[in-house]
This record gives sequence, C-alpha cells and structure tokens, in this order.
Amino acid sequence: MALNYSAEEIMQTIRMVQAENLDIRTITMGISLRDCCHEEMSVASRKVFDKICKKAEKLVATGEAISREYGIPIINKRISVTPISMIGESCANGSYVELAVALDKAAQETGVNFIGGFSALVHKGYTSGDRRLIDAIPQAMAETDRVCSSINIGTTKAGINMDAVCQMGHVIKKTAELTKDRDAIGCAKLVVFCNAPEDNPFMAGSFHGVGEPETVINVGVSGPGVVLAAIRNHPEWDFNTLASVIKRTAFKITRMGELVGREAGRRLDMPFGIVDLSLAPTPAIGDSVADILEAMGLERVGGHGTTAALAMLNDAVKKGGAMASSNVGGLSGAFIPISEDAGMIRAVEEGALCLDKLEAMTCVCSVGLDMFAVPGDTTAEVISAIIADEAAIGMINKKTTAVRILPVPGKKVGDQVEFGGLLGRAPVMPLHPYDPGIFVKRGGRIPAPICALTN
Amino acid sequence: MEKKRVIVTVIGEDRVGIIAAVAEVLAKYQVNILDISQTILQDFFTMMMIVDISKSTVSLQALQDILKTLGEQIGMQIHAQHEDIFRFMHRI
Repeated sequence: MALNYSAEEIMQTIRMVQAENLDIRTITMGISLRDCCHEEMSVASRKVFDKICKKAEKLVATGEAISREYGIPIINKRISVTPISMIGESCANGSYVELAVALDKAAQETGVNFIGGFSALVHKGYTSGDRRLIDAIPQAMAETDRVCSSINIGTTKAGINMDAVCQMGHVIKKTAELTKDRDAIGCAKLVVFCNAPEDNPFMAGSFHGVGEPETVINVGVSGPGVVLAAIRNHPEWDFNTLASVIKRTAFKITRMGELVGREAGRRLDMPFGIVDLSLAPTPAIGDSVADILEAMGLERVGGHGTTAALAMLNDAVKKGGAMASSNVGGLSGAFIPISEDAGMIRAVEEGALCLDKLEAMTCVCSVGLDMFAVPGDTTAEVISAIIADEAAIGMINKKTTAVRILPVPGKKVGDQVEFGGLLGRAPVMPLHPYDPGIFVKRGGRIPAPICALTN
Repeated sequence: MEKKRVIVTVIGEDRVGIIAAVAEVLAKYQVNILDISQTILQDFFTMMMIVDISKSTVSLQALQDILKTLGEQIGMQIHAQHEDIFRFMHRI
C-alpha cells in the first residue's frame, strides 16, 4: 500500500495548525426553544434551561474529542437559540432578564463560553415581546457573562426600522453605563444587524433562526494566518496569481470546517447545517486580516487601496470556500473587528485607519463596524446615526452589516480599552462632532429600496 | 474488520534509532504500520507513517499521549492524527 500523501502535503497541514494558527473557530449548536413558551416566566426559564442542558450535554466533550483525533484546535464550543423575544412573549408577567439568566446558567452548565440568541427581529416593527426584550438588554448584559444579544433593525426587503435604530442608541449607552466597571463589556456582547443571517455560528450575532431545524451544528472556520503565510513575500505576483493562491488556501481551510462539521453532526446525532467560511482574526500576532491586506502591498491598512484589497481578498475566500463545502452559510467573508486584530489596532493607533475608511471597508466584506471603541460621552443619537449608516449599506447592497460599538464611559480619544482574551483591546477612535439628532428621531421606517422588488 | 488509519509524523533532528523507537512502541500496542516514508524537509528529519489502529489495544487518544511522551524522551515532535484531516484537505 502506498502512502497516499506527499511529505509536503502532510507537513503543510501540520504547519498550518502549529505555525499559522489554523483552527476551527467555533462549533455552534443551534437549538430551537419554540416549545419552551409558558405563561409563567419562571416556568419558561426552567424549560429553556432544561432543554439547552439536555441537547448540548455532550457538545463540549464531543468538540474536544474531535479536536484531539484530527489534531486540529477547536477554539470555541457555543450555543445559539431561537430569538428569545418569541420565547418570553407569552409570559404575562416577569422580566426578560430572568430568561437571560437561565441562558447564562445553561451555558455554564454545558461548558460553552457564549450563548447567542437574546435577540429580536424588529426590521419591520415591534411585537410586545420584542419591546420587553429590548428594554431588558442593558440589565441582562450586566447580569450575565456568557449571553450574547443581537437585534435586527433592517433588511433589504423591509427597509430600516428607524424607531428601533433610535432606541438601540439609548440601549447601547445604557448597557455601557451598567457595565462601566468592566470597560463597557456588555456592549461587546450586543450587536445591531441589518440582514441578519439565521445560521451564523459566530458571536455575538449568533441566533437560531425560525427557519432552522430543531437542532443543528454550524461551524465557523478561521485562518487569516494561513492566508498570510501563503501570500507573504510575493510582491511579484499579479492579481490573478494572488487570487488563485488565496482561493486554494481558502479551499483547504474550509475543508477542515466541513470535516469537523460533518463529524460533529454525526457524533451528536443532529444535522450539520453550514460552514461559515469567514476569515476570523484573533489578537494573536500573525492571525490578522489587516496583515494580509498589508502583505498584498499596502503600507498600512486604512490607506488608499485598502477597500480594493479587502474586496479581492473577500471574494477569493468565498470562491475557494464555496467549492470546499456542501453548504456554506452564515456570514462568510473576512471579519474586520478592531479590537480582535493586532494589525487593525496598530493601524488605528498610528492614525492610518479612521472610522470612515472602516465604514467603506464594510461595503465589501462580510460584517460591519465591529468591536470599535468610541469616547464615553458619545451621544445616543450619534450611535443611532452610525447604526443607520451601516444598515443602509447592508440594505442597499443586499448583504449583512452590523454594528458592535463600545462607547466606554470615562474614556476619550487615544485611551485604551482592554478586554483580554479573544475580545482583545481597542484604542478609542474619534467621531464626527456634528449632531444627527433631528434625523434619527424622525421615527418610522426608511422604506425598502427599489432593489428589493425582485419578484 | 475495517481499517482505521492514522498518520503518525515524527519531526526533529536526525539521529540513530528514531524509527526503531517509534516502531517498538507501535508494536507494543498492536498498531500495524502500513507504510513508512522519510525525508529531510527544511533541514529537519521528517518521518511519516500510515498506521492501522483497528486492532490497537489502546484508543487513539491514549496512543497520542504515549507517542507524545516518547517524543519528549527522544527529543522529537510526534503527532498522530486521523487520516481524514489529510484526505479532506488535500484530496477532492
């Protein structure tokens, strides 16, 4: 019997994991909680806790076993659940904070580090449950450690719910205030979406959409370091060569996700949903999307040319990844958070990357304005306007956009915000000083764009 | 019985007795060597083995620990990984 793999191939795989930070970023188990509704909040909370603990009992152990057998790190094991606004809607009394606490306890019990789905979809308007959930967000974020919250305020089909945009500015401010002793960490677990995907495995925006099955396994891959290593030190390549190398690399990375997802689904006896082929950076040196853009030939990320470089990178990753998996979904693109990417942090600190350029970058990559710190005295109206701008990009371009903003009380431009771990650290960025108050308080909806009329 | 194939890689500085040491441990736990190849890659001795652990007296996880300990003793890095990771990444 012949050795089926060349020495180079085997060593490439080992090098990707050991030297280039290739890993499976997350295995996220989606769990429907639609059968957990009850008139009593305490009963609903108990049903939520019980169901999550039962379904996800073996999630962490299974993830660890797969990780060992294949020799590939699986960094996070996580859970997403049905948007909780629906689950608490039947409860006559009680606060949604109680449901958040139940989620937090279930996360602790099952050993996952985050649980997503303290969410509401209000792109066309609020139900009573949506209102109660959104009102409960600041306290829920302050009183729990592992619960993530997301609100969808717009879609291409529905337009943008500006009442919700306006309200979220205040909710974010209040969340920052209630967690100010921890540098507003509550806001790191709160994301505002336009066109939120229902099968995204990445936090903080993960939830188990209403079109999803009873349970599902979704996988998020990573690997900016692998792409960086593949293209570094080749200024002589033209763009066709560059795109081709990125595609081939993305293919290999995504195959890992496909393998782990299939295997996790098989062992946990539930369907394997999707691989999210996003390039997700970490604060580790060499695991940076910004470094890839600079390796393409930019002196600093944020300078002119950055948007074009990111567009090409994102597209090549998708093309390679799409061929590698039977089902690609979620966000699938390059993430450009500030605090979680050493190259992005450096660019902000040096003044190379401003918020306006970051916003332009979000037009061509998967997510949005992510994990960036702004001064503590930023008004709710300015935050709402930032959300509106970002949602407009998503709505018009038929893509997901999001805002995860950190208005850190007591901090001013140039200060540092330190979270540690995967959340990293963020330099406080300056904003435009002009007041958008009248605009964001008009109320109502920005109508769906003409491009929504596709039928 | 169906074969369960694992790829063992041994990386480090070349010296006498590396293959013997690894093969001895594998034999002790009834792990069958299907193929061996060795080469010098980037100045490092690199040995790859395809082994069948379907009759192994220990689990893959236990074997990984045993090989890791052996690697520490002889100054080499030893990995044992399920074959599928290489199949998925390098074969369509």
